[in-house]
Amino acid sequence: MFINGVEIEDTFAEAFDMRGARLIITAANQRWAMTAAQAATGFATSIIACGCEAGIEGAIPAEETPDGRPGVSILVFTMGPKGMEDQLMRRVGQCIMTCPTTACFNGLEGEKWLTIGGTLRYFGDGFQTSKLLEGRRFWRIPVMEGEFLVEERFGINKAVGGGNFLILGESSKSALAAAEKAVEAMEKVRSVVMPFPGGIVRSGSKTTSKYKFLRASTNDAYCPTLRHQTESALPEEVNSVLEIVIDGLDEEAVREATRAGIEAACQTGIVRISAGNYGGTLGQYQIHLWELWK
Amino acid sequence: MSATRLRLKQPVTLPVEAESISPDRFAGLGQEEVMALPILYGRRSLTVADLFRVEGDGAEEIVVEGDLSHVKRIGQGMGQGQITIHGDAGMHLGANMRGGGIVIHGAVDAWAGAHMSGGLIRVLGNAGPMLGAAYPGETRGMRGGIILVSGNAGPRAGERMRRGLIAVQGDLGEFAGARMIAGSLFVFGRLGARAGAGMKRGTIVALGGLEDNLLPTFRYACSYKPTFLRYYLRRLREWGLPVVSEQVEGNFRRYTGDITTLGKGEILVHDQH
Repeated sequence: MFINGVEIEDTFAEAFDMRGARLIITAANQRWAMTAAQAATGFATSIIACGCEAGIEGAIPAEETPDGRPGVSILVFTMGPKGMEDQLMRRVGQCIMTCPTTACFNGLEGEKWLTIGGTLRYFGDGFQTSKLLEGRRFWRIPVMEGEFLVEERFGINKAVGGGNFLILGESSKSALAAAEKAVEAMEKVRSVVMPFPGGIVRSGSKTTSKYKFLRASTNDAYCPTLRHQTESALPEEVNSVLEIVIDGLDEEAVREATRAGIEAACQTGIVRISAGNYGGTLGQYQIHLWELWK
Repeated sequence: MSATRLRLKQPVTLPVEAESISPDRFAGLGQEEVMALPILYGRRSLTVADLFRVEGDGAEEIVVEGDLSHVKRIGQGMGQGQITIHGDAGMHLGANMRGGGIVIHGAVDAWAGAHMSGGLIRVLGNAGPMLGAAYPGETRGMRGGIILVSGNAGPRAGERMRRGLIAVQGDLGEFAGARMIAGSLFVFGRLGARAGAGMKRGTIVALGGLEDNLLPTFRYACSYKPTFLRYYLRRLREWGLPVVSEQVEGNFRRYTGDITTLGKGEILVHDQH
């Protein structure tokens, strides 16, 4: 199968069950809402070492946020509820509460609910107060700048993590240009984030290593510099590979983002689009590339 | 929606105790059974049919028409359904209400929503004293739900309020939120004298100025923009209250008190300068 002259390999991306949460961050202006969102989604590229995967879902116009101020929606993904509670406590407490003028609201009707504001409130040292309106409880935590408003509970749902595709380019320049275009297209899809820097991974990994202490190591089959030192998966004309990893609140959103990203990435200088999998032995979801256009 | 319509046959001057006019009491009853429900007229025991002309059946909505200013306890303790009243309503309307909704196209007398714990009461005229308040001897008044008043409200609105929201579009009488324990009380007109007397916690929001100086047991803290207010004001605007952007975006002077008690209550006064 070819799109715009670029080969789409007959393979699949292997994705996993995760738990997802959506946080709505508002602030006095878009700059500070985005600052808090960037801080809260920092160091959240891979569940392997960061504790969660997170990213910015998008900006929200003031008229659509709960308090009528400019907002940013972020998505956070973990393997389970316990990890999510830990990560939200850290990230809301250290990255959002600390950021000037912000407030933090739940953005997801969850199958399960985690008490976040209801625990963070103790930072108020007894001076915190709550407000309950139509079943939603908010905590007002006094801070030096004024008040931090945070919702008591955040919903979490089953989600899909680890969707991905690989862009095999003739050069690092062409691979990067294609990946940038792909991310730009994927950012328009709701309910997904690309958790790596700028949405792009250059150091894709495999789940084994020659070193016993290591859980993941470089994906040598796709490293151009190792073409003749390992069992390479790269065609002769490929000199650079970039990966885009996708986490989404549901499988359909991940599929839609994958399709949009691949279509945007199929441009001059790209040889092939592939995807990462473990032979179907690990993940609960298989996103077959060819089926995205059926 | 199944509806029962009650029309007052002729004006009444004696007090009528009509707690049987409630969706919970009408549930599962046919028209004949509704007509036979008891009503106390002065000290005489009558039935609904003695005072009202009854049309239709069903409990999802009850429409009551006539001058009901002497008819008390309509919707008392109701937990579901809808009551619409065309005319003024008497005391204790929706007292101890747990859910559902009451809309009054007219004024309502004292103790409306007293001790209510859920549901919505919407008064399109004025409300009398003790709106959402606690009965004498009780420690807690309103414990949840929402009361919206398009006109003015009398003294002691929200007295000993524990939870919930009262919003008054007009002026609020004296001692509003007295001995308040928690909850929120909004006034778009002028806030009456001695507001929040003895309050422990909770919020009184004065959007249209003060009738008198606040009690000396409330102390000025700061001028700021409370984020939670934006959420509340936007919701109130959706419910049709006249919230203007100056209020949503504006500064509020925060006074905390009453320091004769716990002192964790607050009166937020919209800074109109």
